[in-house]
Amino acid sequence: MIEFITDILIPLAWIVAHCLAIITALLLTLAFAMYMDRKVWAAVQLRRGPNVVGPWGLFQSFADLLKYVFKEPILPAGASIGIYFLAPFITFLLAIAAWAVVPVNLGWAVADINAGVLYLFAVSSLMVYGVLMGGWASNSKYAFLGALRSAAQMVSYEVSLGFVIITVLLLAGSLNLTDIVLAQQDMWFCIPLLPMFVVFFISALAETNRPPFDLPEAESELVAGFMVEYSSTPFLLFMIGELAAVILMCALMTILFLGGWLPPIDIYPLNAVPGWLWFFAKLFVLFFFFAMVKAMVPRYRYDQLMRLGWKVFLPLSLFYVIATATVLTVIQQGILI
Amino acid sequence: MTDFLLSYLPILIFAGIAAVIGIALMASAFVLAPNNPDTEKTSIYECGFPAFDDARMKFDVKFYRVAILFIIFDLEVAFLFPWAVAFNDIGAFGFISMMIFLAVLTIGFIYEWKKGALEWD
Repeated sequence: MIEFITDILIPLAWIVAHCLAIITALLLTLAFAMYMDRKVWAAVQLRRGPNVVGPWGLFQSFADLLKYVFKEPILPAGASIGIYFLAPFITFLLAIAAWAVVPVNLGWAVADINAGVLYLFAVSSLMVYGVLMGGWASNSKYAFLGALRSAAQMVSYEVSLGFVIITVLLLAGSLNLTDIVLAQQDMWFCIPLLPMFVVFFISALAETNRPPFDLPEAESELVAGFMVEYSSTPFLLFMIGELAAVILMCALMTILFLGGWLPPIDIYPLNAVPGWLWFFAKLFVLFFFFAMVKAMVPRYRYDQLMRLGWKVFLPLSLFYVIATATVLTVIQQGILI
Repeated sequence: MTDFLLSYLPILIFAGIAAVIGIALMASAFVLAPNNPDTEKTSIYECGFPAFDDARMKFDVKFYRVAILFIIFDLEVAFLFPWAVAFNDIGAFGFISMMIFLAVLTIGFIYEWKKGALEWD
């Protein structure tokens, strides 16, 4: 009995506590990221943004949460009930579950698995199902067309994201996210792979349906795309899922290109700062760029979006995979030296 | 083998907690919020009159084509993952064999491009 408690129960309770801590931190981060997004957007347009709830409007996201919870959930007449409610749930679940492998600091990941990158790639590929199910189950033309567009856009940019990840793997030689960060101790990967960093950033915008690639929810033509029939907390789950995916992309860029929790140079005042602070600083700088792009860049046309994905990013990233492999082989084999 | 599986257990617990939060959030609106639907409220959002036909209609084959292209290239990416991880151990032989594979694939890509499969008009 005592063995059962010490060997199974206590480690299990420890894991559950760890998961709860990470999820709480993640949801708080999402709340303030939402606030930051709106504040930056407002500042660019010379508005004040949210400024009523709490000091400087800091608690706006929590007020929004309460508002969503007290709104009436509407079930449209022709909808398929099961899939209709499954769609926002799946979007939320996948967007949160992806965070299980993200190391915010050395050894802080809930599950430090060997196939970390593969897991993230798989989960972010599955996110498209939430969109498709929501659009189909609503039985509305706007939702249906929005879901089709959204799915085609997400899968198009998934391909170039994959090739960019390959170039990083060639340099790091591991699928484990902690190992990838530790491989950047001498030089962050954004220096040798700068073009790929830019491609990844733009693809991440398209993958998460952020402006200027927010065609699925183009307000002027499809009103809100696949989520037009949703209200109340199902809608909230879509919003949280989408924002969690955006922050996940920022975290992924931090890990793959900006050295995760590592300081820029390993000297005294910089390496005394705790690793998670570096991680969050990099993450929020990237998110600031996401917010600025949203505020400043006009929306793309759909054929331009497809051309950019298939005819520019795909050949460019494929070429960069070949170039990286060639350079590495030349160095390995000692040719030219 | 058990150690390997145990390293995935935290992911299961993590997803479980996320699922509980998701269900709780979704259920809270049905418990706390008012709920009195009527026919106008639950009708599908369109231009203000009843829809002419079902929303699950025929759609453009272009979306299907994009999905097919996606499968081809995503499989290729999945095939490149183990190669990239083992790159330091397989030497020049591994490099050259993958370059041949990529050359074949690039020919296919150029063919698609010339055929106009990547156009969106």
